[in-house]
Amino acid sequence: MSNALLEVKNLTMQFGGLKAVDGLSFKVNKGELAGLIGPNGAGKTTVFNMLTGVYLPTMGSVHLEGLVLNGKKPFQISHLGLTRTFQNIRLFKGLSVIENVLIAGHQHVTYGLFNSFFLGPKFRAEENELFNSARELLKLFDLETKENEKAGSLPYGEQRKLEIVRALMTKPKVILLDEPAAGMNHSETHSLMDLIARIRTEFNLTVLLIEHDMKLVMGICENIIVLDHGCKIEEGNPGKIQNSKKVIEAYLGVDEDAAENGRAH
Amino acid sequence: MQDFLQHMINGLSLGSIYALIALGYTMVYGILQMINFAHSDVYMVGAFAAFYAAKWLGIENSPGFSTLIILLLVSMITCSLLALAIERLAYRPLRKAPKLNILITAIGVSLLLEYSGQVIFGADPKVFPEVLNDSILAEIGIVQLKLSDVTVLGVSIVAMLVLHWLIQSTKVGKAMRAVSLNANVASLLGINVNRIISFTFIIGSSLAGIGSVLVGMKYPKIEPLMGMMIGLKAFVAAVLGGIGSVPGAVLGGIMMGLSEEMVVGYLSSTYRDALAFGILIVVLIFKPSGLFGKSSVEKV
Amino acid sequence: MKFLKNPAISFSALMILGIVLDFGFNAYIQLTVLFVLVNCMMAMSLNLVNGYTGQFSLGHAGFMAIGAYFSAYASLNFPVLPGVLSILSFTIYAFIGGGLAALFGYIVGLPSLRLKGDYLAIVTLGFGEIIRVALQNLNFLGGARGISGIPSLPEIRLGGFVLDRFFVSYSFAIFWCLLCFFVIWRLMKSSHGRSFLSVREDEIAAEAMGINTTKTKVRAFVLSSFFAGVAGAMFAHFTNYISPSSFTFLMSVNAIIMVVLGGMGSMSGSVCAALFITILPEALRSLKDFTGVDLRMVIYSLSLILVMLLRPQGMFGEEEITDLWRRYVKRSS
Repeated sequence: MSNALLEVKNLTMQFGGLKAVDGLSFKVNKGELAGLIGPNGAGKTTVFNMLTGVYLPTMGSVHLEGLVLNGKKPFQISHLGLTRTFQNIRLFKGLSVIENVLIAGHQHVTYGLFNSFFLGPKFRAEENELFNSARELLKLFDLETKENEKAGSLPYGEQRKLEIVRALMTKPKVILLDEPAAGMNHSETHSLMDLIARIRTEFNLTVLLIEHDMKLVMGICENIIVLDHGCKIEEGNPGKIQNSKKVIEAYLGVDEDAAENGRAH
Repeated sequence: MQDFLQHMINGLSLGSIYALIALGYTMVYGILQMINFAHSDVYMVGAFAAFYAAKWLGIENSPGFSTLIILLLVSMITCSLLALAIERLAYRPLRKAPKLNILITAIGVSLLLEYSGQVIFGADPKVFPEVLNDSILAEIGIVQLKLSDVTVLGVSIVAMLVLHWLIQSTKVGKAMRAVSLNANVASLLGINVNRIISFTFIIGSSLAGIGSVLVGMKYPKIEPLMGMMIGLKAFVAAVLGGIGSVPGAVLGGIMMGLSEEMVVGYLSSTYRDALAFGILIVVLIFKPSGLFGKSSVEKV
Repeated sequence: MKFLKNPAISFSALMILGIVLDFGFNAYIQLTVLFVLVNCMMAMSLNLVNGYTGQFSLGHAGFMAIGAYFSAYASLNFPVLPGVLSILSFTIYAFIGGGLAALFGYIVGLPSLRLKGDYLAIVTLGFGEIIRVALQNLNFLGGARGISGIPSLPEIRLGGFVLDRFFVSYSFAIFWCLLCFFVIWRLMKSSHGRSFLSVREDEIAAEAMGINTTKTKVRAFVLSSFFAGVAGAMFAHFTNYISPSSFTFLMSVNAIIMVVLGGMGSMSGSVCAALFITILPEALRSLKDFTGVDLRMVIYSLSLILVMLLRPQGMFGEEEITDLWRRYVKRSS
């Protein structure tokens, strides 16, 4: 009985003549904080899109707690406990901060049209609960004072945080973070690292993240999967990855002076 | 069998006109991803321009090859100028706006042309000048091959060949193809995107202009709302062929013409117009990308 | 303004207005008022789909036609209950008419709402036209000649009071308009309403957050069609004559103009725009008589273009008249 919460077997994505992802297999264990790295164009976001149902894999399968995910619609996958953030922030920019979070809580709402029209007790109770949960989450991320501001007007770093808050509102088991530190400076990245480690523990989550910032990846990831041109070229803990010749070559090319640690590309 | 042949000839003739107009829709969609609702009304204005030009030049009663050429030119030029103005004034300012806005604007332009037409030209139909001395070129039993049909087919084929040459073999054509694939990258490569877009409108409207003279020749009654039905059918033809695809528009047009003729000939003429809607619904539900279109994958 | 949030109070206030209209104005103005209410309902229902859910529907006239034809046919072929209960008959016919329109909304919506924006617009346009062509060919519904002699809502005697035909029609229309308004308004304040907005803002993100976007879009579409059907039923009883040419693409465009002008995503905007659009042709009538030429539709289409170019968010954008009141009026005081 494996501890794998999320498992991917022989995953392949073919766009016409291009194989974006080729025969990828890996596991993420329950409670693990894993990283998916690789040079630009390696196919990382494509993998996320296949995990979340945006793309239908050409071949292979995705499993969550043993349940097959590929072929399911994105909203169904969300209901099963897999959620994500986006590389290019996809907040509901015209809506307020709290509305963004409340919408993610919709899947847990049980009242119908009727109740909402007559303002019945079920409606009031569930709405209260929704608002309270949303506010608690926002507070955790220091966003509670901006509740009614338009999401699009937030500074970049806070927009990224809001995306994570929104994803957490779906009460997920697994959260996929697509380049959460993109555009952040050193101190922001540092806070983010703490935040991710914290939410993993506090919310009992399993985390898989895509990142280019090696300090973050090596700092918090327990298992790292390295992709290049759609194939897995290495997998292991930070130490193993940092010392892997294959990984260094993938990022920097062959016959170059390789930097031992620190930023890659 | 002879009935069938006659219907085929009629259908091809009708279909090539649909194809000419459908090309305008498809080219503008390919390059701007918008449905130019006003296209069929530009077509209408072309017909009226030819009508008034014939009156003004005194050639309304002198059919002949030269009349045909003059009217074609008048219509093409009028349609192009009108389309250029519309693109510049109504569509270009909305290039960055949400798609809905430009669609609504296009509807507005279409209505404006129709109602202005009714005010300026008068709502009652006019008689298009005689373009050709129509004669029967060949007769096999009861099947008649008329000069008008041959002219329609001939002119359409020439126009489409010129278009094909333009798109495939000229620098401008290459630029058009580039812009329709990715306007941003095309502009980075030095292509003047605005000019290419204007050029596309000119080409598309010229074809519609040709279509309007051919229609005037075959069905001489013209009125300000004449663009509505034919515009819809041509649009369905473009969707059927795959909107954005030039060969698709041609094939779609031919198919629409042929099927309409067959339905009228073998079923009943009451279904003539309903057929277009029916085909549209079926295509959009089962294969929205049409015969030659490709569904694009949105980058997430 | 807050007290108007209570439906009972709004209803009463509007009833008082109705009495004023009844005694203070002539039949022409009264009919215009009824048309304003029909248009209000058309605009509010379309706003739900176009404004809040961001789906472009161009076939609203079709749903209106379904409701109109059902109610007209039913009121002519099934006995209307006598006296005060006649209102009940008309209400039932309107309800069923709306239900039928909603059913069609479901049938049309389910396959079409998978399609991208432009395509959906075309399918709905096609649907509206197919309904019109179908009605032209259905002889038991009058074919091209339509149905005439549709009964109006009758006058009602309550004890010693006589409520004349206008007042009864007006109350009927007000009831349905308020129902439509409050249903949509309350809906938008609930989680379901927020899911409509999420579909408008970013469908892919909404799906990722667990929103069944297709189901959401169909829901909006069906609810919108229901009220369009009811609006159609009201239209039939107010004009007493309907034909397929009453429900053309132009009527759908009319509804679009109202929603766009009012602001896609604003209920009060839709109401104000409905008022404006209904009154405008009448106001321009004097221009027509003066110049001898009917420029009304030309001005109409030109204003649509100008609004899209100069103020695409319409009158109120996504806000309500109360938000603007709060911002501009209260601040200065």
